[in-house]
Amino acid sequence: MLKRGLFRKPNIPLEAEGSRPGSQAAIPEELCVACKGCKRTLFTRDLAQSAYVCPSCGYHFRMNARERLALICDEGSFEELDGSLDSRNLIDFPGYEKKLEAAKKASGLAEGVVCGRCSIDGHPVAIFVMDAAFMMGSMGTVVGEKITRLFETALQARLPVVGFTVSGGARMQEGILSLMQMAKTSGAVKRHSDAGLLYITVLTDPTTGGVTASFAMEGDIILSEPRALIGFAGPRVIEQTIRQKLPEGFQRAEFLLEKGFVDAIVDRRDEKRCLAQLLALHDEEVGS
Amino acid sequence: MTAWERVTAARAKGRPTAQAYIDAIFTDFIEMHGDRCYGDDPAVVCGLARLNGRPVTVVGLEKGVDTAEKVKRNFGAAHPEGYRKALRQMKLAEKFRRPVICLVDTSGAYCGIGAEERGQGQAIAQNLMEMMTLKTPVLSLLIGEGGSGGALALAVADEVWMMENAIYSVISPEGCASILWKDPAQTQQAAACLRLTAQDLFSLGVIERVIGEDQPWDMIFAGLRDAMDRVVTENIQRPLEELLARRYQKFRKIGEQQ
Repeated sequence: MLKRGLFRKPNIPLEAEGSRPGSQAAIPEELCVACKGCKRTLFTRDLAQSAYVCPSCGYHFRMNARERLALICDEGSFEELDGSLDSRNLIDFPGYEKKLEAAKKASGLAEGVVCGRCSIDGHPVAIFVMDAAFMMGSMGTVVGEKITRLFETALQARLPVVGFTVSGGARMQEGILSLMQMAKTSGAVKRHSDAGLLYITVLTDPTTGGVTASFAMEGDIILSEPRALIGFAGPRVIEQTIRQKLPEGFQRAEFLLEKGFVDAIVDRRDEKRCLAQLLALHDEEVGS
Repeated sequence: MTAWERVTAARAKGRPTAQAYIDAIFTDFIEMHGDRCYGDDPAVVCGLARLNGRPVTVVGLEKGVDTAEKVKRNFGAAHPEGYRKALRQMKLAEKFRRPVICLVDTSGAYCGIGAEERGQGQAIAQNLMEMMTLKTPVLSLLIGEGGSGGALALAVADEVWMMENAIYSVISPEGCASILWKDPAQTQQAAACLRLTAQDLFSLGVIERVIGEDQPWDMIFAGLRDAMDRVVTENIQRPLEELLARRYQKFRKIGEQQ
């Protein structure tokens, strides 16, 4: 069970490498917030204590990477890897530097994914958590590189990988180089997989585009949070292509479950327990 | 030529499509249909053929030539079953140690209800993973449009080549202009910013070769046949471990950070 007050101020030393401004909550620092599911007014403090899930309707608010790590990792176990890697404007795309600056400010992160090692209920894992506050979790070369390195590290250390995805897709501002990250990360996932190691993805709202079409959908086990939007093309693009309204619930986690593309939908308040159980079921090493 | 002129050339009516390359470069082509799960996607043409006498597997994204064929082939925008058909043929190629040659020409993987229902993202992801370790040489040639993930799903290869007037991009210039600048008038500028021409990709180290288009097509095809044959011969003689390590490194080094 979650400890009370765990999220009030996550003061785990998450920033092992380099110093950056502290993490900012995805939820505004206001006292109250209206639930997007049931419209009820909720105290921000209560929400933080229920893993940003509405206690009355179960609506899952978006969560930033630091909060999520605090929710999933055993206290004090997280050790960040490649935390200082940040992006450059590799193809001189107009306005990209400014966007990067704004994203760093908004997220308190150097890039859109946080990677590291931790334990989950005592099980050592390599973990990555994407953050929507950084350019909508888009994948550029640094996100691709960090994820690739994480899988390579996990392969060497023979660790399972647990990954939380949230992404609008490949990052336009890095052009073809961002597209290539889909191939690069997929290659690293495949090598890890071929060595008999476990990879669990948890798809969170929203996971789309190039991330869906690469490492998000490559898990041995694919979990999703309730109602998360998951797809290749975004709903707006599809509506423009086919010129009709999409049915209710289209591309939601429940829809993907019905179509056979996710293994299970897990309530965030039960996520850590579920991950621990799955990890425990894979405790015995298979031959490499 | 400006980037936008290349985009226009890549999409031009009358530009040879995958089937024309297949007919001109290979002999004994015999088409294979279906993904064995759902159906047959006419946007993807797969089959067996000979390249200078050697049996190979050919996979192409086919846009179609006349209007009726274009509609039938969904303008080269493949559904998940198309990518799964391609993967099935590639796995067979692996089994029989036949080299795989992919011809890529698509504005992108199809964005529609059925495509999402049947797992467009999952199908592409599967191809990326499997192609990276496919135990036989793979060569991809972009012949027209290389539209994002839908093109990449057939372009994880030992070498990736582009025709001089082909383009390859993470997003269409139109999409980029409308999302980033909310202004369709910026399309031409977006084309330049995205660095999507063959020459751009070559200088970025993403592709190995640019195939010139200043000769008559039959000469270009003859040149391609020889060039493909040379690379395939070289790669089939390579120890498998080395072949796969090189393929991994080819993509691994893109965007590598110090």
